[in-house]
Amino acid sequence: MSRGMRLASTWAASFAVATLLSGTGSGEQEKKEGQEKPEGKALADSILSQWKRKNPERVSDWMAEEKERHTIQPPADNSDLLKGGEQSIGNVYGQYTEKDVLMWARETEKLVVEGSRIFHDAGALGSTVSVSCDMCHPHAANTHPETYPKFQVQMGRVALLRDMINWCVEQPVRGTRFEPDDERMRALEAYIYAQRRGKNLDYGKH
Amino acid sequence: MRPKHKSVETRYMEERQEFFHSLKGLDRRSFMKVSAAAFGAAATRGLVPPTSFQPVRLSAGQGASAAEIHIAYISDSHLYEKDVNDRFVRSLLRAVDDVNQLDPQPDFVLYGGDLAQLGQSKELDLGAQILKELKAPVRMMVGEHDWYLDLGEKWKSLFGQPTYSWDHKGVHFVTLLSVVEKDFWTARGMSPMERMKTVAGLDNGVQSPFTVGAEQRRWLENDLARYSDDTPLVVFSHSPLYKLYKFWNFWTDDAEEVQAILRRFRNTVVIHGHTHQMLTNRIGNIHFHGMLATSWPWPYAPEGIPALTIQMSRPDPFNPQDGCGDGEVRVHSDGLVDKIYNFWNRNPVTVAREYTVSWGKESVPARPNRPSY
Repeated sequence: MSRGMRLASTWAASFAVATLLSGTGSGEQEKKEGQEKPEGKALADSILSQWKRKNPERVSDWMAEEKERHTIQPPADNSDLLKGGEQSIGNVYGQYTEKDVLMWARETEKLVVEGSRIFHDAGALGSTVSVSCDMCHPHAANTHPETYPKFQVQMGRVALLRDMINWCVEQPVRGTRFEPDDERMRALEAYIYAQRRGKNLDYGKH
Repeated sequence: MRPKHKSVETRYMEERQEFFHSLKGLDRRSFMKVSAAAFGAAATRGLVPPTSFQPVRLSAGQGASAAEIHIAYISDSHLYEKDVNDRFVRSLLRAVDDVNQLDPQPDFVLYGGDLAQLGQSKELDLGAQILKELKAPVRMMVGEHDWYLDLGEKWKSLFGQPTYSWDHKGVHFVTLLSVVEKDFWTARGMSPMERMKTVAGLDNGVQSPFTVGAEQRRWLENDLARYSDDTPLVVFSHSPLYKLYKFWNFWTDDAEEVQAILRRFRNTVVIHGHTHQMLTNRIGNIHFHGMLATSWPWPYAPEGIPALTIQMSRPDPFNPQDGCGDGEVRVHSDGLVDKIYNFWNRNPVTVAREYTVSWGKESVPARPNRPSY
């Protein structure tokens, strides 16, 4: 699924949510979270299902599919933040809801899963020789992102993880190097860091 | 026209070849002299391995019986068509050259499986064509990359049945198809290429674990029935016939059942591909050895590495053939083997018969200088 398609599906979901919210009247202001008005929910569902019927190719759950193919480390669990503490009273910063925590996890994971998809796809990497990252680094093994920055003898300078990614993209993969803020570079970095979750940072290690 | 400038690789290979030539027919005393001379020469030039070739170990430890059978191996070439990617093609050609330069020639050459990357006719045809250049007889083994596009149709048309056995100089040899996967594709409506690409991803969790399967286990039992317990037995399988790391299929799901069939033999050796690295294990009387790949080295699994394994140094990513190579197996009269890892950019490493016999106490192979992360 291309980036454009994913953006479209995100947009459709936001549209459905917006419809849902506009369905709640002013008298409902004090209503607690999670108790949507039934007709609003029905309307949103019907709009979303219409959109799905019109765009069958965009409906596949690419994240679920990618996670089934390639084990991906989940992001940190932030549910502890919901417990609060006395100091949170009268303090706006740090007042999180379950929705916040869920949204952080899903958005973060989305970038990581997208990274996994690119990592395992020679086409997405722009390889001219059908080589993808996983051919040498299953589950991103032996990418050791925790050891950067370090002096990379073969480059004659200090390298960051992204320098090594670009080196691989140009050499074994025979593709075109990514700009540092290229979406693919961001996603690859996200996936590689995610796979080493729990490892201690040890910059400079050879 | 000969180029004036010789690359580091050319000089290295020339030195190496010259050295091997000079060793032919040497007794122990002269060998020590050559070793000392070569070491001295290297030292004066301020060279350290792997820049220059140095004799580290050549023969098995003292007390070993002379090798009776000499096998060369080439494994895991993962060929694409050469228009798609010629790097893996060049590596296989290099391995064929290595084996053809062995003097004397080996009794036979084992091809360890994964000749093709995506099991396509053109990939397998290309591989078959290159392997025809080998001077010694070739024994073929199949890997999952050869199999899952057409479930072995093309491979069998080129090389025959994947499961077979034969006797040679008193040793019984068996080749197995150890990459049988439970059908994961029909229910998902996968095309043959989707099935192939799923299996081709080492870390793809949609596929099933490798097995030898009930049918082949029955075949193996029947095949071995006529051999006495003291017959030396050597088994070739693509996957390791034990359980190392399930998530990369460094694993055979019915390993215990297969080992139960092999257990009664006094000495059994299993030589496997798939793992692309130095790997040594022993379970009871069964001694296991991995093979190097010509294509690329795999990292070591994050868990499950057998205690007897001396890991190979982490490969240099800036050197496309580092950690790759081919090798030899020298089978002694008792059926146990010296396993030689012939690294292309490093000194060769021998895992001697005495090493597994003594459970790792004697003839310990050279240890890595760059450990895994």
